[in-house]
Amino acid sequence: MKSFFRSVSPFKPSPFRMMISYLILGVWAFIILFPLYWLFITAFKLPAAVNNGPFYLPFVDFQPSLHAWDYVLGEVGNDTIRLFTNTVGVSLISATLALVIGSGAAYALTRFQFRPKVGTIFVFIGCVLLAVVLTVLGVPWVLAVAIAAALFVISLLTIARRFERALANSDIAFWLISQRIMPPVAVVIPIYIVFQQLRLLDTWIALIITYVATNLPIVVWLMRDYFMSIPYELEESAQIDGASRFRIFSQIVLPLSVPGLVATFLFVLVFCWNEYLLALFLTNARAQTMPLAVVAQNATRGPQWWYMSVLVLIMIVPVIIMAIVLERYIARGLLVGAVKG
Amino acid sequence: MSAIASSVNIPAVRARAPLSERLAPAAFLLPAVLVVLFVSIFPLILSLFLSLSRLRFEAGGLKVQFVALDNYRKLLFGSEQKVLFGTVASPSLVGWIVLAVVVLLTSAAVYRAIRDARSVRVIAGRAIAAVVLIGLTYLVAASLLSPEGRPGTLVVTMLYVAVGITVQYLLGLVLALLCAQQLPGRRFFRVVFLLPMMITPVGVGYLFRMLADTNKGPLEPLWVALGMQDFAWSNNAWGARIAVMIGDVWQWTPFMFIVLLAAIEAQEIEPIEAAIVDGASSWDIFRHITLPAILPVSTTLILIRMIEAFKIIDLPNILTNGGPGTATETMTLYAYRIWRALDIGGSAAIAYLLLFLVTFFAMLYVRVLRSHVSATA
Repeated sequence: MKSFFRSVSPFKPSPFRMMISYLILGVWAFIILFPLYWLFITAFKLPAAVNNGPFYLPFVDFQPSLHAWDYVLGEVGNDTIRLFTNTVGVSLISATLALVIGSGAAYALTRFQFRPKVGTIFVFIGCVLLAVVLTVLGVPWVLAVAIAAALFVISLLTIARRFERALANSDIAFWLISQRIMPPVAVVIPIYIVFQQLRLLDTWIALIITYVATNLPIVVWLMRDYFMSIPYELEESAQIDGASRFRIFSQIVLPLSVPGLVATFLFVLVFCWNEYLLALFLTNARAQTMPLAVVAQNATRGPQWWYMSVLVLIMIVPVIIMAIVLERYIARGLLVGAVKG
Repeated sequence: MSAIASSVNIPAVRARAPLSERLAPAAFLLPAVLVVLFVSIFPLILSLFLSLSRLRFEAGGLKVQFVALDNYRKLLFGSEQKVLFGTVASPSLVGWIVLAVVVLLTSAAVYRAIRDARSVRVIAGRAIAAVVLIGLTYLVAASLLSPEGRPGTLVVTMLYVAVGITVQYLLGLVLALLCAQQLPGRRFFRVVFLLPMMITPVGVGYLFRMLADTNKGPLEPLWVALGMQDFAWSNNAWGARIAVMIGDVWQWTPFMFIVLLAAIEAQEIEPIEAAIVDGASSWDIFRHITLPAILPVSTTLILIRMIEAFKIIDLPNILTNGGPGTATETMTLYAYRIWRALDIGGSAAIAYLLLFLVTFFAMLYVRVLRSHVSATA
């Protein structure tokens, strides 16, 4: 435990090694920063300065202009602010919820043994299939779900117990991560239909539920590794003192996992912040998010590079600030458990 | 560690705990399972149903017609076969060698299972995996590695995944090792190296489209110097593919980098210090201490990136629009394209093929890894 809080590294490179290291790091930093520099100056270019060939230095080979900023923040400023608020709200809430629900599940998967019965799972899938078929055949979906649920409970009490073969925790974890295999293109229409039926289209709720579900597997996997690295003795002694599970979790385990939680939070936040395809379908006006605005600049007159650059810059600045603030946690927090476990 | 923990604790909880304690495991796990089920199971079943049907938009709404496996037949054997599998021709010498190696390795695995008298399930599993692998390798050899062949979206996707993961992992590892040294200013590099991951993928697509422009992009002097100022990425299959792969590496190396850096910094410090005292070279330290320590993280990392990489869509869509022709088109982009053409059923069928493919690779990866780890440990 002590060693990952250390601040110094054991590798003290020789001057020659140091030079080589700086050279390689510098080259890669340039490869990263140059495209970002290009993005930055494009945001200050007039269309002519973009279209008439490459210009590199503001004030030297082109005259910077604030026209794109004027347009994005002034002319359509209200839209930009609305999209920005939506992005911030939706991703903060989604990332928080995913972290809370996901770390609970990750804790459960590392501390308890689950034995889900294969029979129960098959019965469940059968009932869902039945509900879908009934809906397709024209039965109102509320009724179809009710029938399937009733049937599920009945068969759970009767036939499902006959299949004793059970799965283990690792199967649950693999099932969770496998939910990320399906490409969004394939599931977006069914998700659209679900939220249309629930009358939640174009609301934050639809986006939040979807984002929480799509990011939960990542949270569970990262936090599961982390919880495995926390010594169990602490929890045992708390248990002997009569602390409840929830108290142990919230007062012992979570405070010990702050680095892992912060790193995971940042990852999930970035994924929600930048998500495009699901947002495109689930929103049309009120709940739209920033990535949609970026793509919308690819108008009939061709891509409006200057507006696009401004929007991308507005989008990354808050995340970069968060990354700088949280950087010390990220490096120490992430996937530490897998190394120790 | 978790196994010990749970075997110690579960009987104790069951025996004397109040109701709230006995329900605790379910209370911790169920919310996550229910949320994932709510959003995933209905879409999964509905898109399976859609992949077996044909949708038509007519006056008065949508008309759904059940066509059984027709969408799959069209993809695998019918009019869409050329897009999915590409043009198949006789493999080159390299292609034959690769194919021979894969055939040898997979038959050896099957042979070992039979020789060791493993259960029928293991033997059958290995045989199926061997057949699928040989088939996919033949496809790669006969399209990508063949002078006359032309890779389809399936092979192009696998190419992006293989090249992307290899380059990103090695690059991320080198950068992480360098950043783990005691270098003044390494915090600066860490933050900078994270940046590409923070940009929305569609934004990265447009950014690279700007950069790749040989007339107005920043690299124009370079293209002129190389005499390629009239070169258009969108007209050259390999140029376009390489542009997509460069963008992918640029965007996702940070993910590998940060996770590997965390793993390297989390190592026990004492064995390294002892090794330094004993005069071990830094290569020895890396080979015998660092590498074993970061292997578990690496395996999880590669699995997660593999699953995500198979879904690559934004870069080829925005950068090259899948072109020239379908040279840079991935399976997800292919699904998206025919889905925009309102062939919802065909699109769902492609998605399901991708689902089978990725599940196959993920399971193979986990199995091979597990047997390898248990063999060495």
